[in-house]
Amino acid sequence: MKKTKKWYDYLWIWSILYFTLGFFNIIFAWLGMIDFLVPILIAGVSGNKFFCNHLCGRGQLFTKIGNDLKCSRNKKAPYFLASKWFRYGFLIFFLTMFGNMVFQTYLVAAGAANLREVVKLFWTFKVPWDWAYTAGLTQDWIAQYSFGFYSLMLTSTLIGLIVMVLYKPRTWCTFCPMGTMTQEICKIKHRK
Amino acid sequence: MSENKMIKKRAVVDSRRCVACGACMAVCPIQAVTVPDGCFARVQEERCVGCGRCSNICPAGCISILEKGQEEQR
Repeated sequence: MKKTKKWYDYLWIWSILYFTLGFFNIIFAWLGMIDFLVPILIAGVSGNKFFCNHLCGRGQLFTKIGNDLKCSRNKKAPYFLASKWFRYGFLIFFLTMFGNMVFQTYLVAAGAANLREVVKLFWTFKVPWDWAYTAGLTQDWIAQYSFGFYSLMLTSTLIGLIVMVLYKPRTWCTFCPMGTMTQEICKIKHRK
Repeated sequence: MSENKMIKKRAVVDSRRCVACGACMAVCPIQAVTVPDGCFARVQEERCVGCGRCSNICPAGCISILEKGQEEQR
């Protein structure tokens, strides 16, 4: 039985578009906030994971590359990746790094630190990204947040691509912080 | 796999390990898998033909294909 394609089945294009736009102008990184807020809103209001199940462009992209383009070994992922301690541990780590990024933005806004036009990969490696921002285009803190957020999005996508190649296409979903958070919201909402 | 053998089997979800990502739902050819409340995937036993696509795609490895009546959904 062939399923009819819906508009949201093409959201994998959005994922590619997001990184392309951010490559040329870092301010577009703010658009990634949609992927942060919409899942929480849907889980909080509707009590389901409609975002993960249908609207996640990243998950769709991993399926496209891993399954359709056969870039995944399609091997079983290690047991611990879907374990509670790892999922919640990664969520805490991710939120801590997000908090650190917000603090850096605050420092720039308060004039206590200068704008750093770099993208930090895996929270460690600084990659110059100065072509994507013209000084004075907007307030420094807005640009700082863009660099930080883009780093976070790029890093998580790279981790997702690595586990996609090594294991199953959507292995990232097993420990995706947004997925863990929204599942917890749904569990609380349904008292499970 | 012959039709008869497929009919005898069904997918069973380990709800404790399911991350409710919906990958199984997307590949199910007869929409027998759903994630209704965002907590874990559910398989409609009467619809499931045990083709194994959901089990193959599941990143958490929480879907098994069992003989019907072999084990109740956990």
